[in-house]
Amino acid sequence: MSVWTWLTLGGAAVLALAVVAELRRRLQTSAPGRRFFRHPTAALGLFVLAFFVTIALAAPVVAPYPPYYQIDIGHPNRPPSAQFLLGTDPFSRDVWSRLVYGARVSLGIGTLAMLVAATVGTAVGAVSGYFRRWVDATLMRLVDVGLAMPRIFVLLMAVALWEHIALWALVLLIGLTGWFGTSRLVRAEVLSLREREFVAAARALGAGAGRVIFRHVLPNAAAPIIVSGALGIGNMMLLEAGLSFLGLGVPSPAPSWGNMIADGWHKMAVAWWSSTFPGLAISLVVMALNAVGDALRDALDPRREAA
Amino acid sequence: MTEPLLRVRDLKTYFVTEQGSGTARAVDGVSFEVQPGETLGIVGESGCGKTVTSLSILRLIPEPPGHIRPGSVIEFEGRNLLTLEPRELRAIRGNQIAMIFQEPMTSLNPVFTVGDQIAEAAIVHQGLSRRVARTRAIDMLRLVGIADPEERVDHYPHQMSGGMRQRVMIGMALVCHPKLLIADEPTTALDVTIQAQILELLDRLQAELGMAVMLITHDLGVVAGSADRVAVMYAGQVVEQAPTAALFARPLHPYTEGLLASVPRLDAPPAREHGRLHSIPGQVPAATAWPDGCRFHPRCPYAWERCRAEMPPLLDAGGEGEPGTHTVRCWLLTEPRRRTPHP
Repeated sequence: MSVWTWLTLGGAAVLALAVVAELRRRLQTSAPGRRFFRHPTAALGLFVLAFFVTIALAAPVVAPYPPYYQIDIGHPNRPPSAQFLLGTDPFSRDVWSRLVYGARVSLGIGTLAMLVAATVGTAVGAVSGYFRRWVDATLMRLVDVGLAMPRIFVLLMAVALWEHIALWALVLLIGLTGWFGTSRLVRAEVLSLREREFVAAARALGAGAGRVIFRHVLPNAAAPIIVSGALGIGNMMLLEAGLSFLGLGVPSPAPSWGNMIADGWHKMAVAWWSSTFPGLAISLVVMALNAVGDALRDALDPRREAA
Repeated sequence: MTEPLLRVRDLKTYFVTEQGSGTARAVDGVSFEVQPGETLGIVGESGCGKTVTSLSILRLIPEPPGHIRPGSVIEFEGRNLLTLEPRELRAIRGNQIAMIFQEPMTSLNPVFTVGDQIAEAAIVHQGLSRRVARTRAIDMLRLVGIADPEERVDHYPHQMSGGMRQRVMIGMALVCHPKLLIADEPTTALDVTIQAQILELLDRLQAELGMAVMLITHDLGVVAGSADRVAVMYAGQVVEQAPTAALFARPLHPYTEGLLASVPRLDAPPAREHGRLHSIPGQVPAATAWPDGCRFHPRCPYAWERCRAEMPPLLDAGGEGEPGTHTVRCWLLTEPRRRTPHP
């Protein structure tokens, strides 16, 4: 069993390295690609992300035990060893296996919630910036209200009222409270793009509002949306972890990095491993996302070429 | 006289300025006609309302702050464009009336290939499939004289020079074979040699496709070479309108006179002013405060009391052709003796 564990772990790392190397090779031919990899930690961040995505996708292969399996109820909290890579938790479950399955939940929720937020934020921002006038005024006052509300309390209230929350509902909730900043960003971008001559040219060709927005304005605003999305996933993951830690996010037997910390933290003194490793995983991934987001910003902003 | 393709009557486009300095009457009572197949040149210096006139025709004026005053008429083939529904208007834009803009550098969308952009109008108006539209885009690139159209169709605007981009713009505008092409300073941003090529191209395409062209420019040389008739604009109004040859041979409005005198000439060095180029004194007044009476009177060497008090109508100047061929907005026509400059 443990040889297989080491093999798969090594395999995931090698695969992640290969992905980074291949991406680097392919992107080297374009200026934005070179700018991306010029960022000091971009390759490292990309490697961390590729690694976690790989183990999440290949979870059944990588994890030595099923995530709910209680190996030996009589002897929980075993320290990391050759058999249990990261030890076992107070319920005698293998921490490494849960970490692997938890990657699915945590990365998945973060990514999906960000997609929801980016979609709504982009749509609202584009409509607001393109049509201006009362549409803009109404939507932006709404955004003001959204930005003024402390997000974690809104989420806590909603989740507390809901009791047993389904995963998709959690994703929607996190996403729908996270689009305000994106909409501001997109609106500002659209406001300036709509005055550009090629937009007038498109309208002179007979393009309608929808066509102008989707074909001519938004593609030119893609860079800031992508960057804010990459940076936003980390935020969403932290939020999910926070909620799950408080017992209000992903319900307990299912592993998420947040509720893994919660499961282990009251035994920190005797079994530090069951909280520490999921905590490390969260930190690593969020830092990696920030590095990649930062590098993307460098890559997609041609004005940085000179620097 | 045949039915005109485009008839603009008493067009008034005003902009309400936010600082409370009043209403800018950018276009203030402009009337002209474009016949099928002809080239009408519209000439005037910056700020005289040329561009606003052309944008008004396609109703591309940003509203607010701009608006076209009620009572203005823009008829295209007998239909008033100012009363059309947005849907009907979109069906005309790009299809019947197309426009090319001044700046080929910024009028193309940087994130799409030129082929996509040329194909767009064909997809919008004729419902072509992407594949057919692509073939069409290649044909258009060939038509506007771009070498290697099969390869160029997949290039992005930043991979092309200014002259090529302007050719692409022309291709975009002509893909649906419009009946009227509005060219707003199509050569201003280009080198002189490229200018000549683009104008030649426009002439050739006009002859091949049989469309009418409204050529907007501040460059009299451009007009002399390409236009059949010329309308001179000043301060939001047409001040003189005539067939090109007549205008150059016999400019009647003092402003036209001034414009022609300020063109540098190789064959006749300007002796009058000690070898210096002629210029019209003063500047175009602000559109928020046009002068009373004739709007040119503060800069006019002939102005007298009547010019300061009363705005002259467009008067018939006679000459060849039917009445109304050559019209001038100047009181001098009623008192030609006064055509001697003040000391």
